[in-house]
Amino acid sequence: MKNRYSIFSLIKNAFSYHENWEKAWKDPTPKKEYDAVIVGGGGHGLATAYYLAKKHNMKNIAVVEKGWIGGGNTGRNTTIIRSNYLWDASAGLYNHALKIWEGLSQELNYNVMFSQRGVMNLAHNLQDVRDLKRRTHANRLNGIDAEYLNTEEVKKFCPIINTSPDIRYPVLGGTLQKRAGTARHDAVAWGYARGADEMGVDIIQNCEVKGIKRNGDSVAGLETTKGFIKTNKIGVVAAGHSSVIANMAGLKLPLESKPLQALVSEPVKPIIDTVVMSNAVHAYVSQSDKGELVIGAGTDDYISYSQKGSHDIVEGTLNAILELYPIFSRMRMLRQWGGIVDICPDASPIISKTSIKGLYFNCGWGTGGFKATPGSGDLFAHTIANDEPHELNAAFNINRFVSGDLVDEHGAAAVAH
Amino acid sequence: MFIINCPFCGEREQSEFKAGGEAHIERPKQPTELSDDEWAEYLFMRKNIKGIQFERWNHIHGCRKWFNMVRDTSNDEIKAIYKMGEKPPVK
Repeated sequence: MKNRYSIFSLIKNAFSYHENWEKAWKDPTPKKEYDAVIVGGGGHGLATAYYLAKKHNMKNIAVVEKGWIGGGNTGRNTTIIRSNYLWDASAGLYNHALKIWEGLSQELNYNVMFSQRGVMNLAHNLQDVRDLKRRTHANRLNGIDAEYLNTEEVKKFCPIINTSPDIRYPVLGGTLQKRAGTARHDAVAWGYARGADEMGVDIIQNCEVKGIKRNGDSVAGLETTKGFIKTNKIGVVAAGHSSVIANMAGLKLPLESKPLQALVSEPVKPIIDTVVMSNAVHAYVSQSDKGELVIGAGTDDYISYSQKGSHDIVEGTLNAILELYPIFSRMRMLRQWGGIVDICPDASPIISKTSIKGLYFNCGWGTGGFKATPGSGDLFAHTIANDEPHELNAAFNINRFVSGDLVDEHGAAAVAH
Repeated sequence: MFIINCPFCGEREQSEFKAGGEAHIERPKQPTELSDDEWAEYLFMRKNIKGIQFERWNHIHGCRKWFNMVRDTSNDEIKAIYKMGEKPPVK
């Protein structure tokens, strides 16, 4: 890598007051034709381009992004990474991603600040206890680290949790995945962008797709705000806007796009050194390296592309947070925002070919796509390059909605993702 | 969050309502004769429009009646509300 980051490059650039760092990626104008075009410059899209270039030697490719890279859900999520999913297909998919996360900073020569601080999921009623124990066993059978904690062990692992039996939803236990954790979301997009750019991928920002040109049953190119781009392979990774792109090609997807909110508090000294999630009361919290509490709320139940969620959703989440962590009662919230998530009826993603030749979709990640970013990119690149799914994403094809072979993670996963 | 004018109760906060998804999806008249593809289309495939969408809502914490709504999903602006069985207003 010509512009390798190291302690030496840091010292060298310090002598020129850090004014001569090379750009991490170029700002090219689109060529007339590419071997493949990825629509969507979020983490998943950039990772797809990176692995297409790196593992499948497709260098004449582009990523088109209507805004700026990492400006959508990649920069709006709560950065939780875990792989403790119930079903075999999901376990395989998310654990594949987790394994890549573990070496990602080294591979990209970019610090994605992956921190394996553990993710704990709480149980608040007997059914939660049964479900979480079942999931712990399922995880272990799939080679995923998981342990079940009783109330005392939960308290020991995260002392600020209120484990009093008198609260409305008492903590009856929980699961812990120690290899799980968080990463710096922006760095993931930037690291993949830099890596892809280095291998010759054109990353074209402020370039919105306006139409998909078809030649009979195959794709012929893209109409964009920067002109027509000819290509016979299009990989769409447009998250909440997947249906909009699908409609351009005359396809319908089993997706509904809804606002999902998150919020952060003012920064404080380290108080919570892990990630705690609760499905039943829908509250999850971790602390960023800057010291902000990062809190995830739920989705609104209506379709919307407005990137604004409802106040009552935030209120419900904060009620739960305050009951579980009375110590946060006087914290002030700094920012709140919404992103648009595309949710499948079975709450599992689609990484698949479509009925149109050369058109591929990677969508339906719903409320939990960030954790899968490296694995999703790797498997989608495989699917595009070979026109066949990898065995790890074969179950996540679009045809499962016809065959009925759904990957029903709704309620089966640890939390609403 | 927005205010919804329930055709039976009047203006109430959106949190009193439950969104019921895309409207005017007709239940198959001959379910036994449907192919797998047609079932998938009926059960799962959605337009998920960014823009003017026709959808169903239920006043779940109020009169519990269903009704239809025309809403711009890009900015949550409600264009029209009409009762079940009524013809949708022309765009």
